[in-house]
Amino acid sequence: MAMTAFLLVAACFVLVMVALGLTRILRGPGDADRMMAAQLMGTGGMGTLLLFAVATGASAAIDVALVLALLSVFASVAFVKGAAGTDAQDHKDDA
Amino acid sequence: MSWAFTFDVALTALVLGVAIWTLSLRENFGAVVAFAVYGLTLTLVWLRLGAPDVALTEAAIGSGLTGALLLAAAARLRSTEAAIAAESPGGGVRVAAAVLSAIVAGGIVLAVLALPVPAPSLAPNAVADLAATGLGNAVTGVLMAYRAADTLLEKVVVLIAVIAVWSLADSRVWGGRPGPAHRAEPDGALAFLARRLPPLGIVAGVYIAWVGADMPGGAFPGGTIIAAMWLLTIMAGVKDTPPISSRGLRLALTVGPAVFLAVGLCGFFIADAFLAYPVAYAKPLIVLVEVGMVLTIAVSLGLLMAGPPERSGK
Amino acid sequence: MSLVLDIFSIVAICAGAFFFLAGTAGLLRFPDALTRLHALTKADNLGLGLVVLGLLPHVDGVLEGLKLVAIWAAVLLASAIVSQLIARVARRESEPQ
Repeated sequence: MAMTAFLLVAACFVLVMVALGLTRILRGPGDADRMMAAQLMGTGGMGTLLLFAVATGASAAIDVALVLALLSVFASVAFVKGAAGTDAQDHKDDA
Repeated sequence: MSWAFTFDVALTALVLGVAIWTLSLRENFGAVVAFAVYGLTLTLVWLRLGAPDVALTEAAIGSGLTGALLLAAAARLRSTEAAIAAESPGGGVRVAAAVLSAIVAGGIVLAVLALPVPAPSLAPNAVADLAATGLGNAVTGVLMAYRAADTLLEKVVVLIAVIAVWSLADSRVWGGRPGPAHRAEPDGALAFLARRLPPLGIVAGVYIAWVGADMPGGAFPGGTIIAAMWLLTIMAGVKDTPPISSRGLRLALTVGPAVFLAVGLCGFFIADAFLAYPVAYAKPLIVLVEVGMVLTIAVSLGLLMAGPPERSGK
Repeated sequence: MSLVLDIFSIVAICAGAFFFLAGTAGLLRFPDALTRLHALTKADNLGLGLVVLGLLPHVDGVLEGLKLVAIWAAVLLASAIVSQLIARVARRESEPQ
């Protein structure tokens, strides 16, 4: 069906975009760039998952996307908290 | 060449690329982030292989929680990082390690490709007998009915792991609160997130745990989501870690295995063996055990992440 | 009716894919961690949102539609906050020691 093929193409496209983005973040100096990798993979991965779920009718993938959303938030916050230098006393504008 | 095949090729290339990236990073923080990304790509792989329950658990544990745990370990080791980096193995050892890994990987690939089609599997048997348990999800059936004893032992092992982590505490602070005191600006961005997201997250966790009876899900991913939401509030400084001497905490830790064990022992009287379920009450009993398990898993995983006590309670 | 919905989905998903492309292009080309962060979070959020919008007519059942919207809401909230936090780390790194 044309719609299914279109959705799969879109899923492939988002995946390729994520891969390209990750290659840049690999080279990025500094911790902030690395943390962005988790964000990118999380958002892009969810896009791929949702497109894939509707394309193949596997509605379980939507639940996986939900879990991914929540846990990648947690992972990102853990990374920010764990980056070097954040164990100093909090500044006034830090959260 | 269909688009699904293209998707698989792209996904495989991504997985291999991220794996090589993870191995090539020299410092711990970047490597841990890369490992978390690797876990996320594996989630997609599991879905493509038709294993949504494993994909759920991979997304929950394999990337989010394991990444945070490794990061906490890397933070404790930060002072020794320079010394370890100076002792990196020579070229010969690295080449030998690479060759060994390639041989093992090649062996696995050959073994998988040499499997007969269809591959030998117990899945049809598991699905065929599922009606007697009242469940619709074969994976939950295996976890809670066919191999319930294994699941019970796993829960006890998790409890022992929590006790082992606690045993690392300095004896002066035994009974105290795990982890450092996270102080955050109460009106800050992180505190805002920690107040708004956990309600949604807890609903999602309970949903995933509940729906596991008939669709992919189950107590373990559900409990992990709730644990992650709890840890989020702790990291934002909105709530503090509970002292490990707290009665309520210890009750929550043990209620899962205790209920499981109690149901199992009742199996002697109301069915014919340990952990046997009477056909009429199979599903309610399984749901009862799962409720206890969700609570225990959430609290256990949260405590494992929080670490041993570092401050005295109160 | 279903043709209209199909066209709507295709337009929305193409727009979403375009934003993912824009986000990745920004990631590859911007010179600075903060600008890269901006490209990543803003473009990818919008991309995901449009993809969700395009997929809404095609899910079976109200519950699945609600799940999609819940995912989008969670990602919007979380991404806004997390990009703030990452930006603070980036600023701290770029400060002269």
